[in-house]
Amino acid sequence: MTINDHRIKTPILEVRDLAISYKTRKGDVPAVRDVSFEIHRGEAHGIVGESGCGKSTVAFGVVNFLGRNGRIVGGSILFQGQELRGRSEEELRRLRGDQIAMVYQDPMQALNPSLRIGDQLSEVLIVHRGLSKEEAYDKCIDMLNRVYMPDPEVVMERYPHQLSGGQQQRVVIAMALLNNPALLIMDEPTTALDVTVEAAVLDLIDELRREFDTAIMYITHNLGVIARVSDRAGVMYAGEMVERATVEEVFLNPLHPYTQGLMRCVPKLGLSKESSYLYPIRGRVPSPAELPPGCIFEPRCDHVRPQCGQTHPELREVAPGHFVRCSFAEEIAAQEWQPPEDLIPDLAALVARKAEAAEPILHLQNVRTYYEQERKSLTSLVGLGKKQYVKAVDDVSFEIPKGCTLGVVGESGCGKSTLAKTIVGLEPLTDGKVEFLGFDISVPVSDRDLELIKELQMIFQNPDSTMNPSFTVGHQIGRPLRRFKTVPRGQVRGEVIRLLEAVKLDESYYDRLPRQLSGGEKQRVGIARAFAARPDLVLCDEPVSSLDVSVQAAVLNLLLEIQQRYDTTMLFIAHDLSVVRFFSDYVAVMYLGKFCEIGPAEAIYAPPYHPYTEALLSAVPIPDPSAKQKRIRLSGSVPSALNPPSGCRFNTRCPRKLGDICETEEPPYRDAGGGHRIFCHIPLEELRKLEPIVTVKP
Amino acid sequence: MAVSEQVVPRVSARPSFWQRLRDAMSPILASKVALVGLALVIFWILAAIFAPVVTPYSPLEQDADAMNLGPSAGHPLGTDHLGRDLWARLAYGSRLILVLAPLSVLCSLAVGTTLGLLAGYFGGLIDEVVMRILDALMAFPAILLYLIIIAAVGASSTNVVIAITIAGAPGVARLVRSLTMDIRTREYIAAAQLRGENPFYIMWVEILPNARGPIIVDAMLRIGYAVFSIGTLGFLGLGLPPPAPDWGSMVCAGRRYIWANPWAVLWPSLAISSLVVGLNLFADGLSEETMRYQ
Repeated sequence: MTINDHRIKTPILEVRDLAISYKTRKGDVPAVRDVSFEIHRGEAHGIVGESGCGKSTVAFGVVNFLGRNGRIVGGSILFQGQELRGRSEEELRRLRGDQIAMVYQDPMQALNPSLRIGDQLSEVLIVHRGLSKEEAYDKCIDMLNRVYMPDPEVVMERYPHQLSGGQQQRVVIAMALLNNPALLIMDEPTTALDVTVEAAVLDLIDELRREFDTAIMYITHNLGVIARVSDRAGVMYAGEMVERATVEEVFLNPLHPYTQGLMRCVPKLGLSKESSYLYPIRGRVPSPAELPPGCIFEPRCDHVRPQCGQTHPELREVAPGHFVRCSFAEEIAAQEWQPPEDLIPDLAALVARKAEAAEPILHLQNVRTYYEQERKSLTSLVGLGKKQYVKAVDDVSFEIPKGCTLGVVGESGCGKSTLAKTIVGLEPLTDGKVEFLGFDISVPVSDRDLELIKELQMIFQNPDSTMNPSFTVGHQIGRPLRRFKTVPRGQVRGEVIRLLEAVKLDESYYDRLPRQLSGGEKQRVGIARAFAARPDLVLCDEPVSSLDVSVQAAVLNLLLEIQQRYDTTMLFIAHDLSVVRFFSDYVAVMYLGKFCEIGPAEAIYAPPYHPYTEALLSAVPIPDPSAKQKRIRLSGSVPSALNPPSGCRFNTRCPRKLGDICETEEPPYRDAGGGHRIFCHIPLEELRKLEPIVTVKP
Repeated sequence: MAVSEQVVPRVSARPSFWQRLRDAMSPILASKVALVGLALVIFWILAAIFAPVVTPYSPLEQDADAMNLGPSAGHPLGTDHLGRDLWARLAYGSRLILVLAPLSVLCSLAVGTTLGLLAGYFGGLIDEVVMRILDALMAFPAILLYLIIIAAVGASSTNVVIAITIAGAPGVARLVRSLTMDIRTREYIAAAQLRGENPFYIMWVEILPNARGPIIVDAMLRIGYAVFSIGTLGFLGLGLPPPAPDWGSMVCAGRRYIWANPWAVLWPSLAISSLVVGLNLFADGLSEETMRYQ
């Protein structure tokens, strides 16, 4: 590794004291201040931080893509020893094509939808290298092979929309590597991808780095991804780099209080449930327009000293290669961190409750939700064609005991959201039966009794659309109270304030409009609104997936606490196995509209596994470089739900496929005891013999 | 639990009236285009309100000694073929047009919004039926539609409003329908459905307020078109019956003496175009500013 290399080399990229400001209506906003780092050949340097911390701005600053209102106001950017700041647009443009390549989050925006993949790829070589068409074509095929694209000749003839998300990202990466760039900037390249696809792309990036000896600047908010791909990492907070060291140091021996806090609020995939407690960081990120005068982390730090409020600490080297922006890093490192005292018993109580078997409150029997899809043929245009169905939810049965939480996990498009919408009655049921509190609720919400409607509420995914932008917080929480007459008319305001307090907001939020709230606050109001009706069952559709980790931890803990207070039953949908683990009593894994495996949470994370669960567990990026994870990668992409594979739905991608039986026969369910059921043709004894996927050192 | 995101500096609870007014005005003040447009519109609004103050003449007062005169100290814009003061007629005429144009747009908004909400929210068969009928209406050229309606029911100010309402409603309905179809997929609508809310409550209370931005901008443009349409109808003799100081009929009347007195045609034409341009500039600037910070 380059870090221990004693030969003197110029780094590929050296950023010194970089400062970038954006002009806004309210004056200049310093988005990035004092950022320094260097990246050597063949090294991957991660930059990690929560949204709005300036990590993307740094990347755009390097190639001067700051837009009309952004400007580099200080510092220098040395690329292979040459200053980039102040270069003309033309020089930078040539450099960006030849030497620096970028890969962004959304591959669809990087590819031109109206050009064939082949034309887009070879254009790079024809324009920048002056190759002939034929030479360029051969090289492109070569490159697609190197990024493990199946059938490169066919892909060259396709348009971007004909490829899956993972394939598109491979094309973008291939395009970036065509000119053999010295520096590759990747800005959240896998954030939009599913975990199993993400795992394959991350493997690819790692391999290419070794093979091409490229320097990589890798930007992400996901600590697990950083731990997997990079050698060194910088942690950014509110526009400053607060810590920079090797990945092992950052994760195993973090010295800055912010990094330490961050590590504690990421769900980890350890084997014991206690290891998945989350300890959120209090407060919220200051806006770059109004930074605290001293240390920027001072208002949220657990180790504040009087000095912290006055002097702004510099980034200093506390150990060889380990830089920290904290005046008391050594002292803080010396003392063991203890979770706040009131938190431990609380969490222990929350997680260890309800051992006694309760009555099932929700019961689903062979539930099917199909969407009709018109075929694009002449006969269906006149209404004579055969109807096609998207089988979003296909034959799902389960029950949830009162007061328990069922977590449903699956990749995008597996039907987990449709399942929730079917239960609450927003999607009509095609077949099967839903029973709730002993009542049949297989009808749409508009045909249900108000009493039943009240008992079934939902918490939504997107904080920006969960609240009506036109009404105040108080009005929106008060509406269900008035509608369901939960409290007498005169007491609505008092009850709203009580609910606000239950979600850790105070009275001053009553008259605020949604645009005055942060994402986490909106999500809290959404929770308060759902619980205002005092429902028996709450369905959470990925309530934390669009929040930052520190906010996510707080919201998850809050949900647990409220659930316990009201003894609510929950169905919790997520795509991340590590979030569900901490949260649920039971977990179900869903693939293409069907459950693969369902059982008590502990049982899901240990053998016997369903082969799909095994692959999912293996793909989840774990924010711990010392964790051992068995490597199982799925080939191909999720088949369309319009024509799902016959037999076992997973047979097209299953690494443990037995043979024809998987393609022809529906898998039987195998009872592994304690309510743990696996839908697979492989005998249970063999599944039991599988090794645990994740081993975390204590 | 003890730790959580904490309250940030308190924003004063309910913003005062002046603050809210300033917030509402800020996009207008930020755009020069909108300001120019607003100035033109305000000029005509003031002229309409203070018509008796800004001119000593009545719009109907004829003066046989002063026919077809150019601008002079006595008659700032000149007189028409019956010796009526042009400025007085324009000022009083703006009273008519500034009532009729917004009124007709308001009517088409009411009809169009209702149809658009129904079609967009329920979809399916209702959507098909409503939109096909409106498509059929839109297939007629607007001017032909006016002629048919006015010819059928006769020329009066009420009928002008009805004609413009019928011609304008399909456009409004299309806009509202597309906005509704977008907004109804938002999660707060699902939350309202999960409270068992009445569909009409969801349409008018949950959806409509969030569609107001584009609807307001569209309405501004529509008032411009309505001014134009009323002018056209007046010019064709289908507007307000004489001797009402209708700008369109002023152009029509002055047209016969255009070689003797071009002023009688020029001033009302300028009045119509300045009001239309003003409204369009205002709408353009407004939409640009509201889009920019979304």
